[in-house]
Amino acid sequence: MIKKIKLILKSVREYKKQAILTPIFMVGEVALECAIPYVMSLFLDKIEEMGMSIQFNVLLPYIIGLVAMAMASLLFGVLGGRTAAVASTGLARNLRSDLYKKLQSFSFENIDKFSNSSLVTRMTTDVTNAQQSFQMCIRIVVRAPLMLIFSIIMAFINGGNMAWIFIGIVPVVALGLIFIMKLAMPVFQRVFKRYDALNESVQENVSAIRVVKSFVREDYEQKKFNTASDNITKEFIKAEKILSFTNPIMNFSIHLSNVLVCAIGAKVIYDSNKTALTIPQLSSLLTYGVQILMSLMMISMIIVMLAMSLESIRRIAEVLEEEPTIENPENPIHELDDGSIVFKNVNFKYKEKAEKYTLSNINLDIKSGQFIGIIGSTGSGKSTLVNLISRLYDTKEGEIIVGGHDVKEYDLDSLRNNVAVVLQKNVLFSGTIEDNLRWGDENASLDEIIKASKIAQADEFVSTFKDGYKTYIEQGGTNVSGGQKQRLCIARAILKKPKILILDDSTSAVDTKTDKLIRMGLRNEIPNTTKIVIAQRISSIEDADQIIVLDDGHIDQIGTHEELLKTNAIYQEVYNTQTKNGGDK
Amino acid sequence: MARMKRGFGHEKAKKGTMGRLVKILFKKYPWQMILVMFCNVLAAASNFLSSVFIKNITNEIDNIVGVPNADWNPFIRIIIFMIIAYVIGIFASFLWNYTMAVTTQKYLNELRKELFDHMETLPIKYFDTHAHGDIMSIYTNDIDTIRELVSQSLPNLFQTTFTVIALLCIMLYYSLWLTLIVLFGSIFMILNTKFVGGKSARYFVKQQKALGKVEGSIEESINGLKVIKVFCHEDKSIEEFDNINNDLARVATIGNINGNILGPIMGNIGNILYVLIAVVGGLFIMYPDNIHNINAFGQVTAKSDLIGIVLSFLMMSKMFANNINNFAQQVTFIVMGLAGASRVFDLMDEKSETDDGYVTLVHIKYHEDGTFEETNERTRYYAWKHPHSADGTVTYTELKGDIVLDHVDFGYTQEKLVLEDVSIYARPGQKIALVGATGAGKTTITNLINRFYDIADGKIRYDGININKIKKDDLRRSLGIVLQDTNLFTGTVMDNIRYGRLDATDEEVYEAAKIANAYDFIMRLPQGFNTMLSGDGTNLSQGQRQLLSIARAAVADTPVMILDEATSSIDTRTEKLVQQGTDKLMEGRTVFVIAHRLSTVMNSDAIMVLEHGKIIERGSHDDLIKQKGKYYQLYTGAFELE
Repeated sequence: MIKKIKLILKSVREYKKQAILTPIFMVGEVALECAIPYVMSLFLDKIEEMGMSIQFNVLLPYIIGLVAMAMASLLFGVLGGRTAAVASTGLARNLRSDLYKKLQSFSFENIDKFSNSSLVTRMTTDVTNAQQSFQMCIRIVVRAPLMLIFSIIMAFINGGNMAWIFIGIVPVVALGLIFIMKLAMPVFQRVFKRYDALNESVQENVSAIRVVKSFVREDYEQKKFNTASDNITKEFIKAEKILSFTNPIMNFSIHLSNVLVCAIGAKVIYDSNKTALTIPQLSSLLTYGVQILMSLMMISMIIVMLAMSLESIRRIAEVLEEEPTIENPENPIHELDDGSIVFKNVNFKYKEKAEKYTLSNINLDIKSGQFIGIIGSTGSGKSTLVNLISRLYDTKEGEIIVGGHDVKEYDLDSLRNNVAVVLQKNVLFSGTIEDNLRWGDENASLDEIIKASKIAQADEFVSTFKDGYKTYIEQGGTNVSGGQKQRLCIARAILKKPKILILDDSTSAVDTKTDKLIRMGLRNEIPNTTKIVIAQRISSIEDADQIIVLDDGHIDQIGTHEELLKTNAIYQEVYNTQTKNGGDK
Repeated sequence: MARMKRGFGHEKAKKGTMGRLVKILFKKYPWQMILVMFCNVLAAASNFLSSVFIKNITNEIDNIVGVPNADWNPFIRIIIFMIIAYVIGIFASFLWNYTMAVTTQKYLNELRKELFDHMETLPIKYFDTHAHGDIMSIYTNDIDTIRELVSQSLPNLFQTTFTVIALLCIMLYYSLWLTLIVLFGSIFMILNTKFVGGKSARYFVKQQKALGKVEGSIEESINGLKVIKVFCHEDKSIEEFDNINNDLARVATIGNINGNILGPIMGNIGNILYVLIAVVGGLFIMYPDNIHNINAFGQVTAKSDLIGIVLSFLMMSKMFANNINNFAQQVTFIVMGLAGASRVFDLMDEKSETDDGYVTLVHIKYHEDGTFEETNERTRYYAWKHPHSADGTVTYTELKGDIVLDHVDFGYTQEKLVLEDVSIYARPGQKIALVGATGAGKTTITNLINRFYDIADGKIRYDGININKIKKDDLRRSLGIVLQDTNLFTGTVMDNIRYGRLDATDEEVYEAAKIANAYDFIMRLPQGFNTMLSGDGTNLSQGQRQLLSIARAAVADTPVMILDEATSSIDTRTEKLVQQGTDKLMEGRTVFVIAHRLSTVMNSDAIMVLEHGKIIERGSHDDLIKQKGKYYQLYTGAFELE
């Protein structure tokens, strides 16, 4: 755990100065906070002592001193408050930035390990928790123990042996508080877990409200939610009941020490006739007593806060510690010779522990510039196969040679810039169409953009938009239709001028005629680029040079449309369901 | 699903929120609140008294020191009083803390339940027009801020107000001039609270908003990470994130700085005030004949009492400053809590779905002569029970699944009609298909049949009954719906399928899974039907989730079924198997099918082709092919469907 905390503290970086200054300012503030009541009590003594014969010149040094100390304390307080805020929010900023950078360096294998929503929570809620406890640490962790020590010292200076009363009470209070925390912590942890369950229930209901209402399950869901809510309340009340003893314990010890100090003090003063202890000393003892116990209280609060944020720290560190599984090799190759692809005895599974291989015994030989079609049912491994080409995943068994070299020898950026993939799940980003297309080539001229869009059959509909290529795409690309999105994504990939272009089921929402036009465009405009097309529709791939039929991770057969239609059972079945004859059955 | 933009309704609390919050609290827990207030006052008084006692004790010691064989009794009496006051104080503070904590939890629990219960009654429109993230955050963030507000800030506010008023009264009783000085000092304290505390609160609310933006950006990036990778766009996206991140850090820093310096400023205003009182008090003592101290009643203080008054004033000014500081520290919580409460109340004030239906759905059993009667047992047969208010009779209509849309107009907003003059006749046992581009109004039609939305004009009849007369719950119970966006619930596969009919036996669940062709893949899951699904079934593929939701609808065994793109993510081979299953299930029942893929709808009895909210073609597959219209173009691939 200490290692994890250290890892997170590394992100303080440029705010180190503030992080170190804060406790120093705090020392100043605490020292003054303890000194001011002391001087005040001396001041009061003087007033009392002089009584009606009060003289200002005697009081003046105290007044000036007190005002100066108040100013100094204000200065320290404000400076410390500033630096603490700057350091802690700075840490949070750096942490979020580090996490984001880490996230960008992750391979898909890394990402699959964390769920999406957990990554979001880690970068928001957890970081905020870490920020708060860090601020608490640099402000109060120093302050509270210092206050404790100062106050105890002052108590001894003022009250001599009387201060032992506090030393006697402190451990009792400390034990009491620790006991309460020990009891309350596990209950709180349970509360947090139950909260997750409750939130999940709300989330499900909000997004599945149509299902709930269609099946008329409102009552059922209400009952479910009420139980979850009652459970939280039960646990929370349990925790609160335990915690509500803190205040009485504190009050009890403060009061007890007051009574003891007063009673014993009176005796001492009386017996020694004010020599062993004076009355003003007695009053300042009482003041320090309160401060001692207050600082204990603060310490116990920090401990609770820290304990609660440990889980957040662990979750942040988990992401930061995760090593990207795919990294650049040493002395990488930057150029692909051509667009050829060779698979040699490739086996692949997503998880070490998985029993079944997602791909097994894959052997392929694709020449540069060929048009390859891949077909197979859901879960047969089509997307996995193409993901290996641009090294989105690494295979442990077998070799994948792209453009004459093993994919693992390439510089990742160079490889991926030359292998353009249009993914199954198409994503456009918020920004204009032009912005989105420039992802393919930042420096593309408008002519080049239009040319690529024409090949992808996108120019036609873009030019019907009022703002043309400057049309703004909403987050998630909600203001263009599925087929339009797919064509924009294809244009984006073409702009990269890749050696290999992979379309992973990326024309599914495009009608067959446009689909054909896109394929013709690709064939004519970028003839030297190797094109791999995954499709559900036979019509999308029937004129391919080779068609790969995948079944359950194996290559069932490779051949042309005519060959497969004659000899391949799977291909025949798919073909039949998609033509009129098969449809009417 | 499109992710809606995050929009925080309003950052500032509406007027009257505090009043409403407190009112509910007092209405629901009057005794607890009275107890809390009473104990609160007791605790404050005991705190106050303890400082008075200490002063008295030191005086008493002063009196007896040096006196041989002094009378200790007065001293002991004070000590005993002190102990009594302490004990009462401890009990009072324990009682109010305890009661408040427990009451807050109960209050929040009721609030949460009421909120959820109410949410479930809201019309679909509410969910369609509010970002889901925003609704979620009402349950998490907003309720949490209310907890802080109710359990901490409110009692604090009460105690502070009480103590400050009490202190002011005592001060006025002692000295008018010194009280004015304290009030003069409190002007600065209030200014500090208003400006520094207010700024801090304002920026914390801003921070909340900035956090939402960061969240949105992270979500977009995670969802699009594969694209970012294949385009080597990592650096660019880091740069963009840094901008948003810096914005968040900026407002967070300002909020925190102001929050942090509030206390030190307040404390030291208190210190200066202390000195000021000492100086002015000293002047009174020094020149008792020239400057007269008067109290609020205009009485002049005797010279001998002056020192005592100045000393206790000093003590009281400290308490005064402490109390104001306590209050100032709560400002942020109060502002955020009220903003949260305001959003909670907004949701609670949303209008529930109205239901004026009185026709109910009942099970019937047939007699041998073909007549039927209502029964409580579960049969496969239903009837509409139709009470007539005019003559008090009840008639029954057999449920057949005859659905008629008669010249229906509809628009989600008043300005724009989405459906215009749509008429559909679905006879019992028919399979009706709706085909058309995105936005043509296919899903809207199903939303109208189950009354998620109400039509603007025209009529919808179900077995001859106007659906407005049918109780909504019963209407929906008679319709099985499978949606394109499959939503599963946390629980086992078994639980999820049984969601369709809670009293279904295990065998019936297996049977439904077989009909949906889901049985095989379920058996291959680690724990079969007992496999836990979490987070909307993210461990399943989209196709598998669709199969499960078909099974869920199959187990409900409803007389009418609506399949809205229910098989869009299932490959054509599997889809065929599913279709065979559902066709068998729906024999003699009415089915509405919406699909993108024509192979899904080809075998329907009637196909409606929709365009811009109008039915432009209708007929069987063969009819439409013969017509050589839009459908024909679609079928031959000459036209694009989106």
